[in-house]
Amino acid sequence: MLKKLFLSGSFLLCGFLLQAQDYFPKNDGVITENNNYTVFKNATLHLNPSETVENGMLVVQQGKITAVGKSVSMPDHAVVIDLQGKHIYPSFIETYSDFGIEKPKRKSNGRSPQYQPTREGYYWNDHIRPETNALDDFKYDNKTAEAMLKAGFGTVQTHKADGIARGTGMIIALNEQGTAADRLLNVKSAQFFSFEKSNLSDQSYPTSIMGATALIRQVFVDANWYKEGNEPTRDLSLEALNNNMNMPQIFKGDGVYDDLRIASLSKETDVPFIIVGGGDEYLRMNEVKETGASYILPLNFPDAYDVEDPFQASYVSLSQMLEWNQSPANPAKLQEAGLTFALTANGLKSPDKFMEMLQKAMKYGLTEEQALASLTTIPAQLLRQEGKIGSLKNGAWANFLVTSGPIFDKETVLYENWVQGNKNIIKDADVKDIDGMYTLNISGTSYSMEISKSTEKPSVTIKQGDTKLGSKITYDDGWLNVTFNTSKTKEKQYIRIIAQTDKKPLIGKAILEDGTESQFTATRTSSTTENKNDENDDEDEDEDDKDTEIPTVMPLTYPDVAYGFDSQPKAETILFQNATVWTGEDDEALEDTDVLIKNGKISAIGQNLSASGARVIDATDKYLTAGIIDEHSHIAAFDINESGQNSSAEVRMKDAVDPDDIDIYRDLAGGVTTIQLLHGSANPIGGQSAVMKLKWGSSIDDMVMDDVKFIKFALGENVKQSNWGSFNRFPQTRMGVQQMYTDYFQRAKEYEARKKSGKPYRKDYEMETLVDILNGERFVTSHSYVQSEINMLMKVAEDFGFRINTFTHILEGYKVADKMKEHGVAGSTFSDWWAYKYEVNDAIPYNAAIMWSEGVLTGINSDDAEMSRRLNQEAAKTMKYGGVPEMEAWKFVTLNPAKMLHIDDRVGSIKKGKDADVVLWSTNPMSVSAVAEKTLIEGVVYFDIERDRQLQKEVKQKKNELITMMLAAKNKGLKTQPAKKEEKQRMQCETLETIK
Amino acid sequence: MKKFKILVFAFLITLTAVAQQTPAPKQSGEITLKGGTAHIGNGKVIENSIIFIKDGKITGVYDAQNNTIEPKGEVIDVTSKHIYPGFIAPDTTLGLVEISAVRATEDQDEIGEFNPHIEAIVAYNAESKVVESMRPNGVLLAQTVPQGGTISGTSSVVQLDAWNWEDAVVKRGDGVHLNWPNSFRRGRWWLGEEPGYSPNKSYAEDVTKIKDFINQSSAYTGGDNAIKNLPYASMKSILDGDSNLYIHVDGEKEILDVLRFKTAMNLDHVVLVGAYRAYTIADQVAKANVPVILARVHSLPETEDDDYDISYKMAKILDDAGVLVALGNSGEYWQARNIPFYAGQVTAHGMSFEDALSLITLNTAKILGIDSEMGSLEEGKDATLFVSTGNALEMKGNNVEKAMIKGRDISLETHQTELWKRYMEKYSR
Repeated sequence: MLKKLFLSGSFLLCGFLLQAQDYFPKNDGVITENNNYTVFKNATLHLNPSETVENGMLVVQQGKITAVGKSVSMPDHAVVIDLQGKHIYPSFIETYSDFGIEKPKRKSNGRSPQYQPTREGYYWNDHIRPETNALDDFKYDNKTAEAMLKAGFGTVQTHKADGIARGTGMIIALNEQGTAADRLLNVKSAQFFSFEKSNLSDQSYPTSIMGATALIRQVFVDANWYKEGNEPTRDLSLEALNNNMNMPQIFKGDGVYDDLRIASLSKETDVPFIIVGGGDEYLRMNEVKETGASYILPLNFPDAYDVEDPFQASYVSLSQMLEWNQSPANPAKLQEAGLTFALTANGLKSPDKFMEMLQKAMKYGLTEEQALASLTTIPAQLLRQEGKIGSLKNGAWANFLVTSGPIFDKETVLYENWVQGNKNIIKDADVKDIDGMYTLNISGTSYSMEISKSTEKPSVTIKQGDTKLGSKITYDDGWLNVTFNTSKTKEKQYIRIIAQTDKKPLIGKAILEDGTESQFTATRTSSTTENKNDENDDEDEDEDDKDTEIPTVMPLTYPDVAYGFDSQPKAETILFQNATVWTGEDDEALEDTDVLIKNGKISAIGQNLSASGARVIDATDKYLTAGIIDEHSHIAAFDINESGQNSSAEVRMKDAVDPDDIDIYRDLAGGVTTIQLLHGSANPIGGQSAVMKLKWGSSIDDMVMDDVKFIKFALGENVKQSNWGSFNRFPQTRMGVQQMYTDYFQRAKEYEARKKSGKPYRKDYEMETLVDILNGERFVTSHSYVQSEINMLMKVAEDFGFRINTFTHILEGYKVADKMKEHGVAGSTFSDWWAYKYEVNDAIPYNAAIMWSEGVLTGINSDDAEMSRRLNQEAAKTMKYGGVPEMEAWKFVTLNPAKMLHIDDRVGSIKKGKDADVVLWSTNPMSVSAVAEKTLIEGVVYFDIERDRQLQKEVKQKKNELITMMLAAKNKGLKTQPAKKEEKQRMQCETLETIK
Repeated sequence: MKKFKILVFAFLITLTAVAQQTPAPKQSGEITLKGGTAHIGNGKVIENSIIFIKDGKITGVYDAQNNTIEPKGEVIDVTSKHIYPGFIAPDTTLGLVEISAVRATEDQDEIGEFNPHIEAIVAYNAESKVVESMRPNGVLLAQTVPQGGTISGTSSVVQLDAWNWEDAVVKRGDGVHLNWPNSFRRGRWWLGEEPGYSPNKSYAEDVTKIKDFINQSSAYTGGDNAIKNLPYASMKSILDGDSNLYIHVDGEKEILDVLRFKTAMNLDHVVLVGAYRAYTIADQVAKANVPVILARVHSLPETEDDDYDISYKMAKILDDAGVLVALGNSGEYWQARNIPFYAGQVTAHGMSFEDALSLITLNTAKILGIDSEMGSLEEGKDATLFVSTGNALEMKGNNVEKAMIKGRDISLETHQTELWKRYMEKYSR
């Protein structure tokens, strides 16, 4: 056992067991308790990031610091170590890792999705595993420990990185020589969460980011309910979760939008999560700053792309290139924002890279003090281990680093990493420099020998006359060993020499080519070497380049992708003059009309308007309309379907908004200003919509209209899973769909009754949503195709006393238009889609015209990123198919969807007092030739065709600049990665799997 | 008796609701279209035209403004209306797929990598409800193309009012379709590869396989063969320069490789299909004298950084450079009825309506090798044309009143118009 402990790689171990564990019997010798002191003197002590003591003393006993300071009294029984000229720092703390705990492998039990949990006595969802204890799966991992020690870490928090609620982590000292009992600093140090499902279960729910978010919300509510003793049965998961609440709560995200999601979960659950960031916080620094949360940041800066081949380079997007260029500044940005953050080596391929990455971050502005704090005091504080680790103070663990100089300097050598009073030698501090030019004499033959870099990576060159001989050197433990090849032919002949290096000149044994032994001498003629000078000069120059060069960081744009704004655009006062105005209110176009935009609103419509300070835009021969509203969109989303259950009323599409999606910009270029980001159609009861304005570059909160409350329902082939070979989820037929709705609404009624009764009730986010529907406080948009199901859903709603707000797609709406009119439901349909599946066999392009002529509130929607950007043309198709008058057809994509979404008091037409969401068209917008020239939302010009032309050029210029930088990086010898193109997934209703 | 009549009527309605429209009979007498605006298809337009049609052929197209010409036969006054050559939809799967989500209705994609012998026309469903839905939009001709593999198979050009596939043939075996490999490939994440696109290490190898296949075919077709090799044999007309090799290719490097391949393999008739990045090397494509059938104009840009309107404007860029360009359908089927609007879309980005019209008529006919008989309103060509009350490239103007294929007065009713009328009638009760 002992032997095994000491079998530890390249480290020189000088350890002793810490506690005597005096109640353990000992049968292999005598008890050897060591109460001696170790005293380090004359070192520069960095007590913490802000306090330094020159020529200080540090006293260690039994693995802990017993005294530290300028002059402390020298204890008896002390081993004294003189560290003249050297520095001591507290060892680093790794806050987030899965050190020593293997992530379980995913085991799949077949193709059919599994909806039920596999455990009993635990929470209903297998991905909630707060009862997991890190220790149960922990096995001290020597190899990683060594790498961590080399990188300067002395303590590591680890956990089982599996599942959404992942249970508790623990803190381990990287005490190679100690026992498990010594190393365990804290067995339950923090509770961990993530948005990723467990590999231990195939349970479907959640399949999406918004599902995972909703699940966490519900879990905390359930935990409270359980704590109050309301559940008659045991739930070991909730018990564990509650027990773990007194620890730090650490939430692993994977990018800045996860950060923001976690922060909003913090607000809703009242749990102050420490956020493990993605390293791209700089993209949304304002919002990140507002979270006020503590962060754990990775330093996983990407390598430059290999862009030498211009064809391959063309696949790398501007945003990928910008990430390479900008992300090293991330830690500096958080520092600037005054946020508390720790740094982690997690996310790097190996901890070996850590110091290099850290130095890179410092070149981009991260200060030494902040870096040290983020690795010592801040982690200690986040983990509630102040006084124990992270600083040099009495009573703290003797975890510290001995270095040759300031720790983050490039030249500084890390000699030792002491953990719990045990020394780990990283680089022998006592290695003697033997660099120089030597004259080597062996049996009467003279050679010249030069040795360089002896203290780091020794190298040797041996020459006979001017001929260079192949040679190899090892220099270790005061012994020099050189082998060289004296043959001039292919046949190899070696001379080997070996000598101790403390004598001058070097005298030792030589073994000649034929095996005979003799003596050699090597006299140093100079302590500098030509070679060294040559090489180092070059390198120094390079190094200097690398060091002094201030990296060019490209300015951030809003959003930080192609076609972003240089700064957040502002609302303007704009006067459009002499336009043909389609107000959407009048039946006729208003010719030669002016429209004044002010304070984000439509301020006046008329002739010969004037306004001081307004930007005047000549709109002669042009058309001005309200912005287009797409009732059915799936752009700007990370996920579309939560398909893990037949109802997912609890999920919110706002939790899945991707505000950087280029399709937002493209929609603006097509005159679209508002969309309803809908949940998909994987289940009869989908998720809550995000009705949002396409304010390119703004925050998610600024885009989403929180007070517009919708939910997606779906009918037909998708919800009965006809086209994706899954046969085990209810419902499988349209008959079942009806019963499923009836069941859910019945339960919602009962839930509400219980809630109103004053008795305690378990808050259920799903039921809350359904109750809102019953009470007319949330509206239903239902994906629908054939007449039977359309009719059915209206009857279910009527039975429960509410009405369906909108049928979307509604391709057979024309068959039941009279019934729709009677129910009072709107129809938002495709202009001409059909034939792609069985249930659209009877879909006809005359659908909109028929519904409209029967008095149904009618609209045209996209469900498609491509079609969304030319909905004006889709509306024009209703003129072809069924002869809808132009002005009515125009309303199909403006005022009517505004009415459907209950936002017609704000948008949908050009009317005084409404939001200035307007589009200037090059010509009649119903013409196929029409181009949106300016698209405004609330008075802000989000799309301008002139600016777009400029940006089209700028994108190319910027990429060229970045490519030049990347080529330079490659020429410098920096690592590159092959070009790659990120996958952009277009989503529609039916998109189930999202590629991550 | 009355009851019987109602029954018969009901029966007829049911019949028409399931069956396709009956193909029109041959033109009998002579017809004159008088007074319409004739959009010739070659960029020219005659505001006040007289068009003679006899035995399925256009026997004369005149400007009535400058000539006094007597109408012949049945005179159809189309004053203030527009006459167009029938639109041609290349690169479709029309007639091969009926309901894409129902596998039993799919016939477009055979297994195997090198399938030049697989021929679309034999599976073409002349009675498809999707096919008939093309006609009310002026789409009267189409190319039906097999999909998948490296060489997908052989396409044919069809007219869209036929009893059966033989009846539908305009040009059988107009060409073979080759999907050029990509030098950048999407990671097959379901096989555990990294998602996203990365360099395709087997690109050169994949290209070599194609060259080998061509060389083998060439060796095979060089003389008599006692033992027949169907795939090699099917390459004969390509190698002889009698039909097109349609190469579906998008990347810039790949297109340049195709141009080199064309020269190296001595191929006379290569057509680029899709050709997303051709606009970046338009001059070289023009110089190589290689025509292009673009992907759907209504497509999103392929990368985040591309101009938002690149799919709209690339036809003009290529046309300006002197490339013969047609608009395609990316292998789709029911969407092909929107091809007039793809041409319309191009006008929003700098092209005139008449030039845009060529992209779906005469240019297409030239590329498909049917321009001696189709693709424009010119004397001697087939009377495959239609009359629209408005600009047929506009959604709101495309209103086809009359359409002819070889002078046959075809039905403009469809499954969809019938449902429309049926329900309008219901609501009028």
